[in-house]
Amino acid sequence: MARRKKKQEIFALGNEAVVEGALIAGCTFYGGYPITPSSEIMEIMASRLPAHEDGVFVQMEDEIASMGAVIGASLAGRKAMTATSGPGFSLMQEHLGYACMAEAPCVLVNVMRGGPSTGLPTSPAQGDVLQARWGTHGDHPIIVLSAADVQECLEMTIKAFNMAEKYRTPVILLIDEITAHTREKIELPNPGDYEIHSRVVPSMPPEWYKPYEETVRGVPPMPPIGSGYRFHVTGLTHDRNGYPTSRPDEVDELMQRMHRKIDQFFYDIQLTEETTCDDADVVVVAYGSVARSAEFAVQQARESGVKAGLLKLQTLFPYPRRAMEKLLAHARTLVVPEMNMGQISREVKRVNMGRASVRTINRVDGQIITPSEILKVIMQG
Amino acid sequence: MKQPMELQRFEIRFSGLGGQGIITLGKVMGAGLALGHGYNVTQTQSYGPEARGGSSRCDLVVSSGRISFPKAESLDLLVALSQEACNAYYPYLKPGGVLVIESDIVKQPPTNHYLGLPFTQLAKDKVGIVQAMNTVVLGALTHLLPFTVQRVMRKSMEETLPAKIRAVNVKAFNLGHREAKKHFGESPEVWGVAPEE
Amino acid sequence: MNEVTGNEIIHQYLRHNKKFPHVLCAGCGHGIVLGSLIRSVHSLDIPKDDVVIVAGIGCSGRLAVYVDFNTIHTTHGRALTFATGIKMSNPKLKVICIMGDGDALSIGGNHLIHAARRNIGVTALILNNNIYGMTGGQSSPATPSGSTSMTAPFGQLEESFDTVSLGQGAGANYVARGTVFHVQKLERLMCEAITKPGFNMLEVLTPCHTQYGRKNKFKGPVDMYKWLKKTAVPVERYQEMKEEQRGDRIPIGVFTDKGNPGLEERYFGLKKELLAKQQAAEGK
Repeated sequence: MARRKKKQEIFALGNEAVVEGALIAGCTFYGGYPITPSSEIMEIMASRLPAHEDGVFVQMEDEIASMGAVIGASLAGRKAMTATSGPGFSLMQEHLGYACMAEAPCVLVNVMRGGPSTGLPTSPAQGDVLQARWGTHGDHPIIVLSAADVQECLEMTIKAFNMAEKYRTPVILLIDEITAHTREKIELPNPGDYEIHSRVVPSMPPEWYKPYEETVRGVPPMPPIGSGYRFHVTGLTHDRNGYPTSRPDEVDELMQRMHRKIDQFFYDIQLTEETTCDDADVVVVAYGSVARSAEFAVQQARESGVKAGLLKLQTLFPYPRRAMEKLLAHARTLVVPEMNMGQISREVKRVNMGRASVRTINRVDGQIITPSEILKVIMQG
Repeated sequence: MKQPMELQRFEIRFSGLGGQGIITLGKVMGAGLALGHGYNVTQTQSYGPEARGGSSRCDLVVSSGRISFPKAESLDLLVALSQEACNAYYPYLKPGGVLVIESDIVKQPPTNHYLGLPFTQLAKDKVGIVQAMNTVVLGALTHLLPFTVQRVMRKSMEETLPAKIRAVNVKAFNLGHREAKKHFGESPEVWGVAPEE
Repeated sequence: MNEVTGNEIIHQYLRHNKKFPHVLCAGCGHGIVLGSLIRSVHSLDIPKDDVVIVAGIGCSGRLAVYVDFNTIHTTHGRALTFATGIKMSNPKLKVICIMGDGDALSIGGNHLIHAARRNIGVTALILNNNIYGMTGGQSSPATPSGSTSMTAPFGQLEESFDTVSLGQGAGANYVARGTVFHVQKLERLMCEAITKPGFNMLEVLTPCHTQYGRKNKFKGPVDMYKWLKKTAVPVERYQEMKEEQRGDRIPIGVFTDKGNPGLEERYFGLKKELLAKQQAAEGK
């Protein structure tokens, strides 16, 4: 869209901002399959990557193949991503699990639309939150981020790549149809504005290298295939060499390390943003475009004398427990508005353990929750 | 040059039929307000098959401050280029809001407080291309809105549009601006604000 | 080329730190395919670091782990999708997919036809043993009509795929068929399938006595190899045969050889053009 070089400001869709963020983060591979409302991400990648110094773009035959290609590219040393929506996200679950098991860093953007099944292709929803956490089979750790506005689409995409590379894990970025299809003025960062992380590659000679070795961080170094480190990658439970194993001690070691590498870095991974929370009696816990309605409602509540605050969740999983614990020292009521029948509110209630009263606002008609709906609940105290 | 006017959530809705260039109109105006005039702007639109046929809708929220809620709920300006759109969205116009219609197409305005011009006929007769209708509207609105500057908006439009269709759109833009000045009166009067000193 | 015997070559290419024994049954043809693959790579003098073996799921999928290349054991039917990502990411790598018949033709059928259509520079080895072996002998799309399996105890009603016609129909660049009985021919075909540009497909008939043969009137593995010897005829001879002579005979050899450049070659060609255009525009 309209670009102005001097100010580095653009008037862009959320989907366009995702692409800008990805390219800043160093993404050089996109494999995907078009689906509303995420298609703009793919379309823009199709025009940007071939003209990019080192970019590769492939349109695959379906979403299963898209994730397969993304993992292949990741193993070959590239920062890779795909984007999809509802039905496509369901198809990607198979390889999402493979990426967890093979510890292949990659980013998957899911633009949430109404479901289940084909549902509401052009309407917003937040129904894929628990699917993002638990959609692929087996006990697995995963990072799920969200973005509320266009600028955040850019920032969170960069963070998604950083976390994927740092922790060798797939990272899911959940945005909803509203954020994806809203145009806003955003600032493009200058080179160096953001810290960009890349995976650690091994420094030892190939014969010493063990691809799934236990390390302090829990994240083994990862060479690109073809660089002289020949090793085995499998979706089977594997030992430190990457060879299939069913020995309980080796299985346990792998599973524990996979969870530990995400859990122990909670301070880096669990991102939230607080607005007037310090003295708040009523705290709205929201994410995605609903957090914007909540921000408006909190502001109006403050104007009429109610001590309201907003805890915006930027990381959904692992759930930012500590940020909420802090608020529970003074908050009497937690309001959880979501465009689903109550998904993140389960996490809120789990951490709350009966301390504050939790009020949910649920909307599943393909419409955004408005500020006035949230304000009404805040004013009830 | 006009001082940038302080705005608190000014909401605009463009509505009409698929093919009238509603979305482009919103995008060009949004980019002009955001990048040219320096406001915060959110632009949302109708998607899906309705964006290519049937009804079409594009919303702008313009504000000096940060925009929290991105959707338009209570309209300051409704541009209706079809009767159906006018019927559907007139109830969202807030008291004191302005309704702009295509006077040849919207035969039954829901109120006598409206501003109308035969945009389609103007584009056809004086620009020679009926597709330039949306730019005629853009020109007219640039006159109408107290916080838009003709030169800035036109420049922004030129930057957004492909070179091939730039000249004809500048012609359409100027035509719209001229016609609005002639028929709608001075902008501050329309909005009931005191003329600048 | 080194003056070494067959077994010595194989020992150079097997992983020494991988625990044996392997998972394959006595009489299985898959080991012969893996041996052919090793000898082909060796005779072509391709460095181990440049070879990527991408395997699916099933008995054939387990072959990858034993060889000292870059090896990836993927998900059921999806080997070609990973291979596409790898080849597009680093075209200098020799990417070889090892898939079974159920793997490539059933769950991975969509990936197979599209890899062929987009002509990605990958070698697809389809090890056809007419059955799902690892899961216990259920019907695959290559199980012949009339034969029995665990999921067709009263006889298979469905027709089986002709892998070669399928590949040709989908536009594969190179389509060939070999058997584990005709090993020297198999190696020749494999060398071609590895070196030719674009998407190269090689179906290898490899008997499974454990799950298919003994339930379908083959007394032992040797019977199955004898059957291969009797049934397979070079495609050149097959084409000269009259319809009634053909009967159950299976043609082997090269069916298609177009030699078109692979997708990665065309993509990076396009990229070069685009970058040159950009540079020219900046220079102005």
